[in-house]
Amino acid sequence: MPTIVVEVMPKAELLDPAGKAVAGSLAKQGRSRVTDVRIGKRFELTVDEITEETLAEARALAEDLLSNGVIEDVVAVKAAE
Amino acid sequence: MRVGVVTFPGSLDDRDARRAVRLAGAEPVALWHDDHDLQGVDAIVLPGGFSYGDYLRCGAIAAQSPIMREVVDAAGRGTPVLGICNGFQILVEAHLLPGGLIRNDHGDFICRDQVLRVENASTAWTNGFTRGQEITIPLKNGEGGFIADAETLKRLEGEGQVAFRYVGVNPNGSLDDIAGVTNAAGNVVGLMPHPEHAVEAGFGPDTAAAMRSGVDGLTFFTSVIRSSLARA
Repeated sequence: MPTIVVEVMPKAELLDPAGKAVAGSLAKQGRSRVTDVRIGKRFELTVDEITEETLAEARALAEDLLSNGVIEDVVAVKAAE
Repeated sequence: MRVGVVTFPGSLDDRDARRAVRLAGAEPVALWHDDHDLQGVDAIVLPGGFSYGDYLRCGAIAAQSPIMREVVDAAGRGTPVLGICNGFQILVEAHLLPGGLIRNDHGDFICRDQVLRVENASTAWTNGFTRGQEITIPLKNGEGGFIADAETLKRLEGEGQVAFRYVGVNPNGSLDDIAGVTNAAGNVVGLMPHPEHAVEAGFGPDTAAAMRSGVDGLTFFTSVIRSSLARA
C-alpha cells in the first residue's frame, strides 16, 4: 500500500534523555567512535494513493498532532521509497 | 460549589482528586473523557495518571478527547482548571498552558515529598497561599521536565506566570526550576507535583510537627472555592 513517512526529532537544542542514555551505554561498551545519539520517531501513514493532497494532509497532521512544536521538529514528510 | 474531575483511560488519581475536593468543602463531580458534558461544574480538575498509555506524547491523545473541547471553551470563559502531573501535560498539549514536558533529565522515575515555593498567589488555585510561601507536597513522575523556548520563558518569568518553583532539589531538570505555571488570566494552573495527596493528616508528607501530617495540598482546593465565591 502507498505509505507516507513522517519523521519527528526532539529539537536539537533540547536535552534528549533517551538518546543520552543510549549514548552512555555505547560509551560503556567502548564504542567511542559514536559521540552522540538522539532518538526520534518515524510514523508510517498508509493512504489510498500518494497525491499532493494526501501529502499536504500528512504535513498538516505532522505539525498538528504527530509532533509538538514546543519540543519537537518535523524533519521529513515523504512518500516511502 | 461543584468541582468536576475528568477520568481518562489510564487516570489513577481521579478518586484522590475527588476526595480532596470533598475534604475542602466542595461537591466532587465525576466527568468522563468521552462525553461533551461538563454537568454545569464550577471548576475542573484534570488528574494524574497515564492517559491512553501516553502513546504519542504524554497527554497528546487525551488532549483530543471530546471533553477537552468543552474544557478549552470553559477555560476561555474563566472557569478554573487545574492540571496535576498528567493533567498538566494534557493542558500544555491542549495549548491552554505554554511550554512542554519531557522525560526527566536523569532518565529515572522520581517519587518524593517535594518542597515548592509559591511564586504566584493570585491564581484561582493559589490565592490561599502567600507569595514566597514554601509548601511540601508529593511528586511522582517520569516525564516532568518543564521546557519552553527562551522567549516563552522570558514572558512567563516577566508576567508572573511561573506559579511554583522547586526548592532544594530540581527533581527532573525543569528549566528555571519551574514546577507549575498559570495562564495569563490565572484561572488555568498546571503543576507536576500532586496536591491531592497532601490533604488529610495521616496520609500526607512528613512535617516537622509529625509524620504524615502535611496538608499543604488542601489549600489548592479551598482557594478555588474562595475564588468561585468571589466570582459569584
